[in-house]
Amino acid sequence: LAPWVPVVGLEIHAQISSNSKLFSGSQVQFAAPPNSLVSFFDASLPGTLPVLNRRCVEAAVMTGLALNCSINKKSLFDRKHYFYADLPAGYQITQQRVPIAVNGSLSYSLCIDNKMSQMVTKTVRIKQIQLEQDSGKSLHDDTRSQTLVDLNRAGVGLMEVVMEPDMCCGEEAAAAVRELQLILQTLGSSQAVMAEGQLRVDANVSVHHPGEPYGVRTEVKNINSIRFLAKAVDYEIQRQIEELENGGTILNETRAFDSKLGCTVPMRDKEGKQDYRFMPEPNLPPLILYDAKSLPANMNHQQVVNIDWIHERLPDLPSVKRAKLVEQYGILPEHSFALLNEDGLTEFFENVVKQTQMKPKKVIGWILNVLLSYLKEHSLTVKESPISSLMMADLLNLLEKKEISSTAAKQVLAELWKGEEKTPLEIVKEKKLELIQDQKELEQICQAVIDGQENEVIMMALG
Amino acid sequence: GMRQLVWRFQVSSALKEGHVTPTELCQRCLALIKSTRFLNAYITVAEEAALKQAEESEKRYKRGQPLGVLDGIPIAVKDNFNTAGIETTCASNMLKGYISPYNATVVQKLLDQGAVLLGKTNLDEFAMGSGSTDGVFGPVRNPWSYSRQYKEKSVSKSHSEDEESNWVITGGSSGGSAAAVSSFTCFAALGSDTGGSTRNPAAHCGVVGLKPTYGLISRHGLIPLVNSMDVPGILTRCVDDAAVVLGSLAGHDPKDSTTIQDNFKPFELPSLPDVSKLSIGIPKEYHAPGLSSEILALWSKAADLFKNAGAKVIEVSLPHTRYSIVCYHVLCTAEVASNMARFDGLEYGHRSDMNKSTESMYAATRREGFNDVVRGRILSGNYFLLKQNYENYFIKAQRVRRLIANDFLKVFGGGVDILLTPTTLSDAVPYREFIKEDNRTRSAQDDILTQAANMAGLPAINVPTALSERGLPIGLQFIGRSFQEKQLLTVAKWFEKQVKFPMIQLEEVKRHNHDVFQHQKSASFS
Repeated sequence: LAPWVPVVGLEIHAQISSNSKLFSGSQVQFAAPPNSLVSFFDASLPGTLPVLNRRCVEAAVMTGLALNCSINKKSLFDRKHYFYADLPAGYQITQQRVPIAVNGSLSYSLCIDNKMSQMVTKTVRIKQIQLEQDSGKSLHDDTRSQTLVDLNRAGVGLMEVVMEPDMCCGEEAAAAVRELQLILQTLGSSQAVMAEGQLRVDANVSVHHPGEPYGVRTEVKNINSIRFLAKAVDYEIQRQIEELENGGTILNETRAFDSKLGCTVPMRDKEGKQDYRFMPEPNLPPLILYDAKSLPANMNHQQVVNIDWIHERLPDLPSVKRAKLVEQYGILPEHSFALLNEDGLTEFFENVVKQTQMKPKKVIGWILNVLLSYLKEHSLTVKESPISSLMMADLLNLLEKKEISSTAAKQVLAELWKGEEKTPLEIVKEKKLELIQDQKELEQICQAVIDGQENEVIMMALG
Repeated sequence: GMRQLVWRFQVSSALKEGHVTPTELCQRCLALIKSTRFLNAYITVAEEAALKQAEESEKRYKRGQPLGVLDGIPIAVKDNFNTAGIETTCASNMLKGYISPYNATVVQKLLDQGAVLLGKTNLDEFAMGSGSTDGVFGPVRNPWSYSRQYKEKSVSKSHSEDEESNWVITGGSSGGSAAAVSSFTCFAALGSDTGGSTRNPAAHCGVVGLKPTYGLISRHGLIPLVNSMDVPGILTRCVDDAAVVLGSLAGHDPKDSTTIQDNFKPFELPSLPDVSKLSIGIPKEYHAPGLSSEILALWSKAADLFKNAGAKVIEVSLPHTRYSIVCYHVLCTAEVASNMARFDGLEYGHRSDMNKSTESMYAATRREGFNDVVRGRILSGNYFLLKQNYENYFIKAQRVRRLIANDFLKVFGGGVDILLTPTTLSDAVPYREFIKEDNRTRSAQDDILTQAANMAGLPAINVPTALSERGLPIGLQFIGRSFQEKQLLTVAKWFEKQVKFPMIQLEEVKRHNHDVFQHQKSASFS
């Protein structure tokens, strides 16, 4: 059988972390009482007009720069029309013709063969980033034949990040999204928490034989976590391969991922072959951004967004942070990945290192293999850890000074997990876990053992 | 002589000096509205609220602290502007009973100046039309239909035809506002102008109708027809008043991203305007097919007036004028289709009882809520916006729009200061004539002389010039450069002084004639 080449692209919507919405002053807040964060504009009251939120523009520029994009100094807003209960104006304001950023790239890393020992770096091209409005939420109540509409989310700013179909499987898609998530969180442009709907991923999947043109693609929606993203993509690839090998065809359709069944199902055809009748948004002039060169002298800098100014103030991106960790502490690249992958873990590690004589290369093992697995076992975040970095450092110091063995250290840790406010030293003393350093004392103990075991000793001496 | 005294009589100073109180003024206007109800100029009269505002104004005058020239002045607002607490219907079933929670910026500004809001005026549904005949509250009647001047001239017609069937239209779509000002029920009114909707009814009703430069006055709260062409319009009885209202409304509004950022300085017009140093352009394309010989002659006379005053009067060409109607049709319907998409019955406005599904509810709501004209434009607009048509219609129309705008740039760039043109092709036609053609045909015909200024975003003003043979008003239009309202209004004021347009002689106004109401006859408040 001829091999199949799966092709995966992603459309990611990241909710912008801002106080107010993209075009109106109502607040952005998760889980507020329904319809409590709705301005006249959000409700599409006739005669209201959009006013662009500067913070949202800055968030998009930051994200574009972090993803190596060209920032368009002039971008445009458009209306995308369709009728739906959660879209009060009957159109969404988006950037279809000229988005704010284009032609970027994102590098991410994967472990080969599931071992943490070998990592490979891959790149996915970023087609564009566009600013657009989020829609409201509609809840279908079939028992009462009604739809409940909550407009709190209507008008919240989104960055749509389009990743080209450079990925080939669920693992790659998941890794790319994970890296994007870390970048967004580092920038602060989005909190990117999938569970709160701040990061939504749609996957475009197709398969073809090498050398042949790309196959028909399906769009997979309703993916609620990075883990499910990998599952959904892999399932869909398999489904398409099986379908085609059985002589079937792939429909250009939208499918939903069912996390309970672990499969994708065709979605109720909510839009059909939609013509969105795109039209320029006449109430918003073109968005003009400046850099140091193009900024006019007499311009009020409160009124403009300066790309260079933002560039200068970008924080270290995850890839830079990892490289610095490797260089500074002599740890392996895969260690740095693991550190950044867990919220607060890098900080914890660095605090331990500061307070202990143990070499970072050794500390890292205790952090990643012992602390982290304990936290995972008990579904705790680093912040919730019953063991503080100070306690950990104390413990590792005892180990380093050879006052305890590593077995004893693990026993002490088990005690520390209980969170009883005892210091490592106290536990060591309590449980008599000290390593005996005195030669004479050791000889006495050995002698006592030998004395108590005469026969065995004779047997051993005879070989 | 006597007439000049009346024209220069200022109701504002009368208020200041206590010759008349805001309450009296308000009551007289309300009474006149009642007795001219047959004009159907008002959809909603906010009597209680107006009297309250007048009361507040009176207190301020008594303290010697009026807010400004507009304090206590009764005004009316076209019913497509949002007014908090007062119904805003757009003369449509879709918004019947709709009470907006906010004031349009221009309404707020007037109220902040102490103006007294008498009510909301009638219009074509959603401002689509050139007759003010196609709203759900019925057509507006031109007050001049009941003037002595018109009645005298129709004596020769058959006696069996009574007043009822002879009445003429106001023009549109801001016909209610024009009629309200023309019949003295208010001193100024807000209209809107997208293709001529302020200037057209101003011409037919014998009042001043100003279309400001696009971007000068905020559209926040004006329910849009075509966002890229709409402007709030100002209707008054004299040019000085228009300048005062403009001064209170113009300027950047953070709520409207299409308003310019530059600081606007309100201006006063010179009391003795001088036009001798100006260059007046006469665009030959505005000698349009169907232009009445009367208006053509008047236009020519006007040009002579300027010549005799020492101005340079030259013929110019705006070659793409003839494409403006078709271009407008594409761009207007496209934006209408988009702007009307929000009317789905969910959040506000009319909602149909049909509830089989959301889609069927939408369809029924929109069929029930919109009239034929609106629905027709939505269908056209959606057609032009389809992917397969977008390039051939919408994009092409935008290019043509650029050409039309460039025509003006060339002419103004060549040294012309102001353009002088007719405003309408003829005087107001009788209603029964007007309705023989459909809305679309009428709009296409009537907008020809006013539409291009909206395409180019330029300021333009109708100045009442003379009465036609039928005793009805004819106005002429001046078009100026972007943001040069001061120059435009100066020329308009000079012209107004020259032509001395006669005052309407309305029985109802005479009936209320006594000392206090003397002020009503004064054309101006400033």
